[in-house]
Amino acid sequence: MINLASRDILHSWGKFVFTGLGLGLLIGVTLSMAGIYRGMVEDGRVLIDGSGADLWVVQQGTLGPYAEPSSLRDDAWRSIAGMPGVAATGNAAYLTMQVEHGGREVRVMLVGYEAGRPGEPAYLTAGRPPARDHYEAIADEKTGFRIGERIRIRRHDYEIVGLTRRMVSASGDPMLFVPLKDAQEVQFLKDNDAIVNERARTAANPAFNRPAVPGLLEAVQASQVQSRQVNAVLVRLEPGADAAAVAADIRRWKHLQAYDRAQMEEILIAKLIATSARQIAMFLVILSVVTATIVAFIIYTLTMNKLREIAVLKLIGAKNRTIAAMILQQALGLGLIGFVVGRIVAGLWAPAFPKYVLLIPQDALRGFAIVMVICALASVVAIRAALRIDPAEAIGG
Amino acid sequence: MKTPTRRALALSGIGLIVAAAFAWIVATQGPLAPVKVTVAAAREASLPQSIFGIGTVEARRSYNLGPTAAGRIARVAVDHGDAVAPGQLLAEMDPVDLDERQRAFDAAAARAVQLARAAEAAHEEATSRARLAQASAQRYADLRHRNFVSGEAADAKQHEANAAAAALSAAKATQEATREDVRRTAAERAGSGKARAQLRLVSPVAGVVSARLAEPGTTLVAGQAVLQVIDPTSLWVRARIDQGRSAGLAVGQPVHIALRSRPGSALAGRIARVDLIGDAVTEERLVYAGFDAPPAGLSLGELAEVNIELAPVERALTIPSAAVKRSGREAGVWLLRDGQAAYQAVTTGAASRDGLVQVLTGLAAGDAVIVHSSRALAAELRVKAVERLVAP
Repeated sequence: MINLASRDILHSWGKFVFTGLGLGLLIGVTLSMAGIYRGMVEDGRVLIDGSGADLWVVQQGTLGPYAEPSSLRDDAWRSIAGMPGVAATGNAAYLTMQVEHGGREVRVMLVGYEAGRPGEPAYLTAGRPPARDHYEAIADEKTGFRIGERIRIRRHDYEIVGLTRRMVSASGDPMLFVPLKDAQEVQFLKDNDAIVNERARTAANPAFNRPAVPGLLEAVQASQVQSRQVNAVLVRLEPGADAAAVAADIRRWKHLQAYDRAQMEEILIAKLIATSARQIAMFLVILSVVTATIVAFIIYTLTMNKLREIAVLKLIGAKNRTIAAMILQQALGLGLIGFVVGRIVAGLWAPAFPKYVLLIPQDALRGFAIVMVICALASVVAIRAALRIDPAEAIGG
Repeated sequence: MKTPTRRALALSGIGLIVAAAFAWIVATQGPLAPVKVTVAAAREASLPQSIFGIGTVEARRSYNLGPTAAGRIARVAVDHGDAVAPGQLLAEMDPVDLDERQRAFDAAAARAVQLARAAEAAHEEATSRARLAQASAQRYADLRHRNFVSGEAADAKQHEANAAAAALSAAKATQEATREDVRRTAAERAGSGKARAQLRLVSPVAGVVSARLAEPGTTLVAGQAVLQVIDPTSLWVRARIDQGRSAGLAVGQPVHIALRSRPGSALAGRIARVDLIGDAVTEERLVYAGFDAPPAGLSLGELAEVNIELAPVERALTIPSAAVKRSGREAGVWLLRDGQAAYQAVTTGAASRDGLVQVLTGLAAGDAVIVHSSRALAAELRVKAVERLVAP
């Protein structure tokens, strides 16, 4: 028996393929939108995983260090390191800033970390970790920096010695890892004009500039330029230690806020990126509805264009089932082509997006099912129209 | 019949291409794709060792010159940058009434000398008087013995002699007292002179004036500096070294110093001092490095990078330091075994600046360790070794 659907497709294959391609591009956009949403969530997740920490210890009463500013003394780790269940602690400083590179500005999240302690990048894709305590940096590939390049951050030149991948802030800015002391200096050191102005302001204060107490002014000024703060202490636990119990101990006895992995995920994903993620999700829903409508229209129009041929088929005695199967098969075929093309184009243009686009197989499978269901539903409308046609129309008008 | 065949061919061609593209996307982007890694073999090598620190140029010997008592500056003889010789007058404090008091002491001393002279003359007179009275009394005593004079006359003469002897003693005492007065006034004069000399600020060394901190007319408290003089041959770099990397520091080790003003040049020097007391707050040690040949135009307070060269670790089993990962308390590496990643705990030793680290235990020479990876590794993850992950 001849397959009516394939015969019909072969008859006008150009039209069919191009319709499928157009549909594919539309499905590709929808899949990419889902990928963008997944990418946002994933950005928050890699920030947590990439830090290699089990607990985040931050200033009391804050949601730091990513969602809110947090400031701790940089010797707070000493008292935490001695608590039971704690394997290692690491100071971390975070600062989002612009770095000039080759005449353009790159937005990066500057991360200050201590070598060999939690907070260092989990893996490198090129180069080596810093071997000095100053002026060497590891950059995420997204920054566009290359090994051996020198970049200027505030007062000092830093050499890029290593590259890493997928180390981004919650808002998708690539990270630049520098030694903690340098990051503290960058974060808390003011520019030269500000320092000079501040000195003059202190000198003008009679409480500090007292003629009878030589050296007081110098002492006060020296105390103003110290930077002994960090944003968080990252804690790695002993295998088998109870994160919630250690966090509770830290909150109770050290008067600091401590979050475990699940809480941090909740902060990042449910609080920090919630609005923008919902925004994307809303758009994704609208796009899906639009795609479904367009698919239905296309199939309906394709069938309507063939009404005369269908009437002829009826006239020569074709069964309703045969006609319905033909339309359904064509609709599903169109959906299949659209999905495959969509998945391919989504995969092709995903790396070109400035932020991470994560296409996960579950999304693709779900998308495939939805496309097929929509095509089937759309074909029902077309089938109803086709079956209602009078065979006489084939010879009429 | 020809046309449909061509069509079918074209269609199936397109279908094949699309299917291939789809398969490629799934294989390279999905979870099925193996993780790309670069691999290096553990090998024996000599590890050059160095320690890096940042410091500032300082003068080893710097002198703050100021008055020992509160006072007002009368004049400042030198300015910033002047070379000074030892003993050279640099500044002087206002003496107020010290000069007048000096003159009063001079006059008192002169008067004491004159008084001493007068006392000496009086002493001579008393001596002469006593001698005469004694002789006269002797004579009268003889005459009385032979009964030429009355006893009363002889007694009177003896009394005169005794009185003259007493007067001589008194004159002698007066003379001693005036001599003491001379010494006292001389000492007072000398003391006042020294107090006066204290107001003159002189350079203790041959050096350079590095700061002029107060101007004439300024009132200073005791100990406040007027001028700062440094010994320009004693410049060194005070460097801060992270305690974590400070093992093996010793006096005499060669260093290379890069000054902020000339970052490209590495000036040779040596460690001159390693402070016994480190900075507990910043977790750093203080090291002082002297220049072998101090460059011209060195400025105090200039930022300098110090690279301390240590003896290399010979014949160490080394791997790239990017391969070492940490979890819990221990360090480990991922080995490439049969296309899969396998974890191996290691202990690490010395590290070099070019990114090699010594492995003490856990590996043998020739073991293939995973250095770079395109994502975090896990046990039994399928990996594929490539030349490099990032285009150079």
